[in-house]
Amino acid sequence: MKSRTIKVDYLARVEGEGALLVKIKGQKVTDVTLKIFEPPRFFEAFLRGRKFYEAPDITARICGICPVAYQMSACHAIEDACGVKITGPIRELRRLLYCGEWIESHALHIYLLHAPDFLGYEDAIRMAKDHPDEVKRGLRLKKAGNEIVRVLGGREIHPINVRVGGFYKVPDKKDFAALAEELKWARDAALQTVHWVATFAFPDFERDYEFVALRHPDEYPFNEGRLASNKGLDLAVREYDQHFVEEHVAHSNALQSRLKEREAYFTGPQARYNLNFDRLSPLAQEAARSAGLGPVCRNPFQSIIVRSVETVYACDEALRIIEHFKMPDEPAVSVQPRVTTGYGCTEAPRGILYHRYRLDERGVIMDAKIVPPTSQNLKTIEGDLGQFVQTHLAVQKDKLQWQCEQAVRNYDPCISCATHFLNLRIERE
Amino acid sequence: MTSAQPGIVVIGVGNEYRGDDGVGIVVARRLRERFATGVTVLEESGEGAALIEAWQGAKCVILVDAVNSGAPPGTIHRLDAHASPLPAGFFHYSTHAFSVAEAVELACSLGQLPSHVIVYGIEGQNFDLGIGLSSAVEEAVTAVVEQAAGEVREALTPPSRPPVNSSSRSLRLG
Repeated sequence: MKSRTIKVDYLARVEGEGALLVKIKGQKVTDVTLKIFEPPRFFEAFLRGRKFYEAPDITARICGICPVAYQMSACHAIEDACGVKITGPIRELRRLLYCGEWIESHALHIYLLHAPDFLGYEDAIRMAKDHPDEVKRGLRLKKAGNEIVRVLGGREIHPINVRVGGFYKVPDKKDFAALAEELKWARDAALQTVHWVATFAFPDFERDYEFVALRHPDEYPFNEGRLASNKGLDLAVREYDQHFVEEHVAHSNALQSRLKEREAYFTGPQARYNLNFDRLSPLAQEAARSAGLGPVCRNPFQSIIVRSVETVYACDEALRIIEHFKMPDEPAVSVQPRVTTGYGCTEAPRGILYHRYRLDERGVIMDAKIVPPTSQNLKTIEGDLGQFVQTHLAVQKDKLQWQCEQAVRNYDPCISCATHFLNLRIERE
Repeated sequence: MTSAQPGIVVIGVGNEYRGDDGVGIVVARRLRERFATGVTVLEESGEGAALIEAWQGAKCVILVDAVNSGAPPGTIHRLDAHASPLPAGFFHYSTHAFSVAEAVELACSLGQLPSHVIVYGIEGQNFDLGIGLSSAVEEAVTAVVEQAAGEVREALTPPSRPPVNSSSRSLRLG
């Protein structure tokens, strides 16, 4: 037993990868172990001693897929510390930038990572041979999202135009007009995506989850809102540490998050959707209904539909922002540091991303805390796997392994922040 | 054709905060300094779909990434993507679920692989969190920059004569 565990530890230490081990004794699942590698821990140390305005650019490097999320959480936390609230066109531009990131991230996951699971292909390469048009649509949709990030962020990967207080430069009207043309195509493509994934077969599975997401009085959440759940949670972001705790668990090097009062929780598109269905645009709501979803979706395998609905929303919202956009007088507001602690939480494609910074009087970061969504979902993923395997013990090993991988991918675990999980082993005794 | 840019794209892949994983980025930056015009130099995390976008429409692609194949640190692998499939698992560190090798294969499946794709893989030693290359990898940088620069210059030359190969491997220029 021990030596097997050590072997998995070794795999995890090989880096960039996570490992999953499910142990079955007789007819009972005895252990589910999920390990991931977590760069944010390194960055927390790395941020100490840096100036407050460096936080967005440094943390953007944590992830090639969701740099915008890191930048946004960093900006909001620093601005919270400095007593600045961003409103008007700059706030709208931040939402637009986030739309871009959601579109590219969701399109990647839906088409290239998750769809092959449902259609019975080992990977997107094999799927592309039989479904080239769908894969091309996915790639173009992703590109439409990238294009927003490129125009607004300065470049696609690790955007450089974001700063505490706003942006370095606001793009011209004509740049937005070009974006809008492609986004109209993207919105149609996203609707087609919803219809496509709705035809997939979904394992019958759900648990009694606590969904946690931001909730805003008027908007589907990107940058702002209170932390809410379906089990009564209703907090200001600055109260996060009082209610959520990260802890080492014996089997893993990674920290796992849990609610102090109620253990595991579920963050990400499905949590956002379940808590904010009424904040989706009419088009996105209609798309969800046409795919057979009600205002609440509890089956994590259907997250691929929810992600597609959010892609419709992101395209729709991006077009709304572009249509009504007015140039700000200045691309950024002035932010002066002060001795305090700031808190920020925004909705990364994969769920809530929490940042906390303590500054000294010179604006030097004394302490930083970053909690990525994937580590917040770890306990829930382990719970899903335990129950899924327990109720599918009769399934042939290869198929079961396949479905376990699919179950992990339900959460779109961040392939850059965290890992490509799929060193998966099922051991039967 | 002769007046238009041939569409030369140099792509450095990696994460500069992961030790030798940043070598592709370092090489790309040095090549950017050498070629002010005519060449698009990009830095990518190695996420596959982004790579396919990055080389879309290009005629000639030179991609540089750290690899982990078990060869001595600093070993330079030069691979022609059209000649044979890139070894699976080779680019382990640069990305995770969908990486350089998969991007090449997927683009191939979709008929979107540029006609000339050369991949330089530089064997890394240290992929721990932190900045800076190990010495063996640093040494390889100079050699790769020279060799890749030669290939770029060649690709920049109008195709008035049959292409000349800069290495022992046979290349097919489009």
